Amino acid sequence: MAKLLEVEDLQTQFFTSAGVVKAVDGITYDVEEGETVAVVGESGCGKSVSALSILRLIPDPPGRVVGGHIKFMGQDLATLSDEDMRTVRGRQIAMVFQEPMTSLNPVLTIGLQITETLQQHLNLNKEEANARAVELLGKVGISDPDRRLKQYPHHLSGGMRQRVMIALALSCNPKLIIADEPTTALDVTIQAQILELMKDLTRELDVALIVITHNLGVVARYADRVNVMYAGRIIESGTAEDVYHYPRHPYTLALLRSVPRMDQPRKAKLDPVQGQPPDLTKLDKGCAFRPRCNFAIDKCTSNGPVLETIEKGHTVACWQHEKLLNALETA
Amino acid sequence: MSVEGMPQGQDSDVLVRVKNLKMHFPVTEGALIPQVVGHVKAVDGVSFDIKKGETLGLVGESGCGKTTTGRCILQLEKPTSGDIEYDSVNLGNLNRVGMLPMRQRIQVIFQDPYSSLNPRMKIGEIISEPMHVHNIEPDQQTRDKRVLELLSVCGLNAKFVDRYPHEMSGGQRQRVGIARALAVRPEFIICDEAVSALDVSIQAQVINLLEDLRDEFNLTYLFIAHDLSVVRHLCHRVAVMYLGKMVELADCDELYDNPMHPYTKALLSAVPIPDPTIEHKRKHQVVKGEIPSPINPPSGCVFHPRCISAVDGCSKAIPEFREVKPGHWVACSEV
Repeated sequence: MAKLLEVEDLQTQFFTSAGVVKAVDGITYDVEEGETVAVVGESGCGKSVSALSILRLIPDPPGRVVGGHIKFMGQDLATLSDEDMRTVRGRQIAMVFQEPMTSLNPVLTIGLQITETLQQHLNLNKEEANARAVELLGKVGISDPDRRLKQYPHHLSGGMRQRVMIALALSCNPKLIIADEPTTALDVTIQAQILELMKDLTRELDVALIVITHNLGVVARYADRVNVMYAGRIIESGTAEDVYHYPRHPYTLALLRSVPRMDQPRKAKLDPVQGQPPDLTKLDKGCAFRPRCNFAIDKCTSNGPVLETIEKGHTVACWQHEKLLNALETA
Repeated sequence: MSVEGMPQGQDSDVLVRVKNLKMHFPVTEGALIPQVVGHVKAVDGVSFDIKKGETLGLVGESGCGKTTTGRCILQLEKPTSGDIEYDSVNLGNLNRVGMLPMRQRIQVIFQDPYSSLNPRMKIGEIISEPMHVHNIEPDQQTRDKRVLELLSVCGLNAKFVDRYPHEMSGGQRQRVGIARALAVRPEFIICDEAVSALDVSIQAQVINLLEDLRDEFNLTYLFIAHDLSVVRHLCHRVAVMYLGKMVELADCDELYDNPMHPYTKALLSAVPIPDPTIEHKRKHQVVKGEIPSPINPPSGCVFHPRCISAVDGCSKAIPEFREVKPGHWVACSEV
């Protein structure tokens, strides 16, 4: 399959009064056409910032992409003018945000917000845009689309608004959709509906999807490949099966072990990662996870591990990954 | 509805008893002369008991009334009807002064560790304030000592005493909220989505802390949450609510191994399991439609418009909440 998006050594920093925050600190990954890639990690690990960097939506100041390349269909996005970038954004790469309450304009009707996009990017006239908007709303499972077009966002429930956001994202037949915590604000049954819808539509329309989430269950259900992030870096990457069944980074293992699972017998105690995530202004050369890591050795302090491929399609950034494997096998 | 035939246990070991609780909020229209045009039936006839030392989980989606139920027990809302008994005392009959000693015995931990701490108070002041209110440890020195003790019990460094909430992370703030609740030596704590706002690794730390405290201080919890895997881990019994009604109540293992209400089944099926192999094999039953408005709840069984097992009668008769097995209560006519 062809590579759709290539992110190479992306670095995004925020220049604040407290110091330079290395929100994204050299991440490299790619997305193939039509596949679903998940980016998982906890708050502040840089997963959202990395996505916004791709679309050049980092507020500057205080933030700036300070290094790396982002290639989309072979084209380096950094070289595009603002004008050209605007045609990529929305037209070829669309975004679905976490908060459907705030990402729609409260004073414009649903219809206007969808037709505006269609008229802007696809040069449709008003009638064509309207017809397409009705079709789109139907596609994302909104009943009575004609009536909904005339309504405002506050008339809709959270789940409905997220469906509208998905309709908007799909409106210009993009090649890639970036969904940033698309279901975090929704209830479980509505979350299941929305994720099912996104999966079906991305398959049907052959759209690639980057899902940013902290929910390990969501990743397991929907992703082909997974990138695990910690403190601005990708620390492990591979197919969902590899990462979940054979985690090779202590942080991935700790994450998987710290959630209670419904399919396993109830445990007396959970097994949490100790300590707090690091302060991103005070990162050093070493591995950022080492203060919380059970496998840390002296080498982890002096120089940070780089991502190395341990088997086809499975990479990990840890000096101790062999040790971890041995420990898991003997356990 | 009479109290008979409700899931109520032996009096001796019951700490909290909720009987046919209803909380209807009026909906008004008109700015100058507001007129009541309807009611939001946030809680509509809910009964349950909590035994001493037990953790009861209360689960459901937004708007099902789980938080309102908790607020009614705390007497932060005046229920429309129904009784709340705490240790055989009817809380509805108490005035403000009479309620005060009860408030010492019942504490609450809120969801949002950002808005539930006063940003202008130091951590030490936040934790010692309830002791001041209830006149526990009136001596300044012993009170300060107890603040440090509480910090250490909740896994916080003593240096936080002089810090402000904004200097702490979400997980640390939640620990402060827990320390504040423990300050007055309560028997019963209502945890309203106490771990929902936390990251996975921090969430597990706080869950372990809540468990340790339960064992150490012999606490009783009402654990209100929407995360079904966390509830399963922590609770002895679980109650499922939907649109102001209780739809199922059973021992934790029984509810998860043998759910009977179609809504409970759908909820459990909607929770993704962090294992791709299992997830790809699993059959997912996606509930259709949205949660209806509690102003105009559906007739009969409130779940019938979204239910896959609904029959004609479901839209007419309100299903009785009945015990189908010892300790397993379901409100569904098709079970």
